[in-house]
Amino acid sequence: MRVESYGTLAEAARAMGSDAVFMAGGTLVMRDVNAGTSASRIVRSADPAMRHIRATGDGFSLGSGVTMAQILAHRELDFLGPVARSVGGPQVRNMATIGGNIFAHHPYGDFAVALLALGARALLAGQGGAKPLEDILRERGRTGGTSQIVAAIEVPRPRDPRAFAFAKVSRIKPKGVSVMSIAAHLPREGGRIRGACVAFGAMGPTPLRASAVERVLEGQSIDAATIARAAQLATDGLDPPTDGLASAWYRREVAGTHLKRLLERMARG
Amino acid sequence: MAKKPVTFMLNGSERAAFAEEGLNLLEFLRRGIGDLSPKYGCGQGTCGACTVIIDGDTHLACLTMADAVQGRKVETASGLANGKAHPLQEAFMEHFAAQCGYCTPGMLMSAKVLLDRNPSPTRTDVIEAIAGNLCRCTGYEPIIDAILATATLRRPA
Repeated sequence: MRVESYGTLAEAARAMGSDAVFMAGGTLVMRDVNAGTSASRIVRSADPAMRHIRATGDGFSLGSGVTMAQILAHRELDFLGPVARSVGGPQVRNMATIGGNIFAHHPYGDFAVALLALGARALLAGQGGAKPLEDILRERGRTGGTSQIVAAIEVPRPRDPRAFAFAKVSRIKPKGVSVMSIAAHLPREGGRIRGACVAFGAMGPTPLRASAVERVLEGQSIDAATIARAAQLATDGLDPPTDGLASAWYRREVAGTHLKRLLERMARG
Repeated sequence: MAKKPVTFMLNGSERAAFAEEGLNLLEFLRRGIGDLSPKYGCGQGTCGACTVIIDGDTHLACLTMADAVQGRKVETASGLANGKAHPLQEAFMEHFAAQCGYCTPGMLMSAKVLLDRNPSPTRTDVIEAIAGNLCRCTGYEPIIDAILATATLRRPA
C-alpha cells in the first residue's frame, strides 16, 4: 500500500485510478487500511478549498471535507443539524466528512440521504459544472465505487424549514447504525406538495429515492389519506438488504410505519 | 515501507518519531512514542478506546494516520495527571467508574472535552458526550455519575 498526498484536489483527481481510493476523514478508509484490505494506493489532499462553507443564492456551497461537527456548529445550517447529529458518536463527527458520506457503504451514509432528498448537486474535482448527487449515487450503485473526487456539494436551503424532515431508525441510542433512514423534502404551494422528494438510506446499496411515494404525494396536501397511501407504497421498487441489524423482510415490514410517522410529523408542522 | 518523521506536541511536550506509511496514530503513539494510555479495542472506530484529543477535539486514533498530527497538539489520558490525579480521575475512582478499566482512558478524554466546553452538563449531555465510547462491562451509570460529580465539584460555590 502507498499513501500519496497532494497539495490541491485537482492534482489528487489526476492521480486517481481504479487502484486508488481517496481518503477524506478516514473513518471508512482507515478501517480497510487497518484490516489490510484497502486499495493499493491511498490518495489524500489537504486542499483548504475542501473545508469551505459558503452561502450562495438559494443555499450553501459546502466543501467535501466539511465534517459533521462543522455542520453542527454552523447556525445557518440548522436544517442539516439533526442529520449530522445522527452520524456516529462525537469522535466520528469530528472526523467524518460530508464528501465521504456520499461513498459510505451500507448501512452508513445517512447524511447523503438528506442531501439526496434536498436535491443537492456535487462538483467533481478537475471538472466543470455540478452533477446531481442522484447521478453520482446511481453510478456508485452500478460500479461499486468511483475514481472521481467530489470537491464540493451545493445544497439548496428549504424555503420553508417545515418542508424538510429527517429520521434515522436505529436499535441503539444515542449512537447506533441505521436500520433505515428517511429524508423528505415536500415544498408546498397553496397547501399542495410541489416537487416531492423522498429518500431512503440502508434500504439498498446506496441512498435511493422512493419514486412511488413521491408520485403519491405530488400535488396533494399532507392529510391522513395521502399519508396512508404513501406508507403503503413505501418500499415499492426498493430491494432492501439483509444484514446483522435487520432482515430485508423486517425492513420492508416497518418502512411504511416509519415513513408514516415522519409524514405525520411534517403534517403537524 | 517508506518512513517519515512526525513532530507534534504530546501532552504539552514536543515529540518526534518516524512513522511508516499508512501507520495509524494509535500504533504510532503506543509503539513509536511509548504512550500506552490509548487502547486498541476494535481498530475500526466502533469502540472509542483509542480516543485522543487533537487540537481540542476528540478523534479516534485508530482511524487517524500518524502523519496527520504533524505540527498539531495531541492529548492522551497519560497527560491528565499533573503531580496528582486529575479531578476526573479522582471522580472515576470515587464512583467506581472503572471496572476492567479498558475503556477508561477513552472515556476520560471524551469527558475532558465535554467539561472543558460545558462546565455544567446535564445527564443527557454526558450520555451524548460518551456515546462514542463503549464500556463492555456496561458500567455506564457510575461513569456518568463520576463525570457529573466532577462538574459539580468544579463549579464555583
